[in-house]
Amino acid sequence: MPGPPKILLLDDEEDALELYQQILATLPSKPEIRTCDSGTKALALLESEEFTLMISDLNMPKMDGLQVLSIVRRKYPNIKIMVMTAVVDEQFRARAYALGVDLFWQKPSSEQEMKLFLEGVDSVLQRYEQSGFRGVQSKSLVDIVQLECLSQSSTVLKITNGVLVARIWIQNGELVDAEMGDITGEEAFKRILTWKAGNFENLPAEPTRERKIFNTVDGLLLDAMQMIDENQAIADGTAPKEEVHEEAASRQTPLQMSAKVKGVDFLMALPADSAKPPEFWGVENPEPLAKWARQTWQGFNQLGDQFVCGKCVAIDGRSLRRQVALLAAGERLLCIGLERGLSQEQRQETVNNVLAKWVS
Amino acid sequence: MGILDLFSKKDGPAAFEIPAGTFTVDRHGNVLSSTLPQSFPPECVAQIVKPVLESFHGAKKAQLALTEIVIQYSALKITARELRGGAMIFLAPHGPQRQT
Repeated sequence: MPGPPKILLLDDEEDALELYQQILATLPSKPEIRTCDSGTKALALLESEEFTLMISDLNMPKMDGLQVLSIVRRKYPNIKIMVMTAVVDEQFRARAYALGVDLFWQKPSSEQEMKLFLEGVDSVLQRYEQSGFRGVQSKSLVDIVQLECLSQSSTVLKITNGVLVARIWIQNGELVDAEMGDITGEEAFKRILTWKAGNFENLPAEPTRERKIFNTVDGLLLDAMQMIDENQAIADGTAPKEEVHEEAASRQTPLQMSAKVKGVDFLMALPADSAKPPEFWGVENPEPLAKWARQTWQGFNQLGDQFVCGKCVAIDGRSLRRQVALLAAGERLLCIGLERGLSQEQRQETVNNVLAKWVS
Repeated sequence: MGILDLFSKKDGPAAFEIPAGTFTVDRHGNVLSSTLPQSFPPECVAQIVKPVLESFHGAKKAQLALTEIVIQYSALKITARELRGGAMIFLAPHGPQRQT
């Protein structure tokens, strides 16, 4: 695009639009700024003019920011998109990045933040000059890792699966390290690859990261894929017993692995189908506990639906003797009993470690 | 940089908004005291109370005897403390409608 960059600013508040316009005009690239106060107007403007960058608010009446972004990303793949919002919700951030936004920014509230915001805008504008394709597509983690390695990239892949966060360090196309909770190296890498869904972000490379993975990418991917296939075959019941590999036969179930997590007092995993029996460990009275867990989870989820306050993320219960956490792990509902005296951080770590055994 | 106050938006339109506040109920679900605004209908309060009391009751049967339940939603946190068969319930909404 010849000439100065063009920025389309979308916010339903006139005052904010005016202010941003003035602030963005101070950028060294002297961008041409157009404003609009609704998603419909923004789409109309994009039809008639070419823009370098679109900065959009998320919470707007009628057509909200995410709706606008999904349309813009599909119709105008070249435009850079930046979201600026007062919403400090990890779910919104993940959804926005999944829609292909280039930058998610919390609305600045201080002079320092404003300066950083302008630097962020400047950086996105500079990136426009770089060539390359982009899009929104669901790819498996294996595909993503292969792509990064084949293109000899240096990056840190941040992968998010619900509350779990993992990182894979890639340097000049070689796997350097992986981290998932307290597990690192090859074991972490293989565990991460068993995740079935999630989001990923490319973070700047960390060349100083100590190398803990020395196997080749292809070898590790092959091992991981084999492990996934074997687990799937066992889960489906399609693997003939005589063909089950010795290693697979000795592999522990998520329940057995969860039982070993430090801080776990008891555990129950309830299938979505209430007709199926729950799996449990360390539970003295499974039936009333299963009934309580299902009723409580369903009751509060219905309440969430009635009041439009989002999904029930977790339920924590405390008594003098016990702590218990209810949360979803894929299709299952987990009821995790926790040892007494755990701090808030230890409690969260225990829950995350248990969850990691079930989401893979 | 007072001008930046402009960045903080007023509440956007919402289908229904749960207010922040605290209330206590007896074992039958009758409200004993409340800091909720009067505009918040009693039927809605009853809808919140029902799963809370049921959960405390069910927990006793499962020999959990919980004294506190914290329910985390994307846009709301409910904290309920057991109170001699009843409960003290704290509502703390958060999320986009509160923050923008």
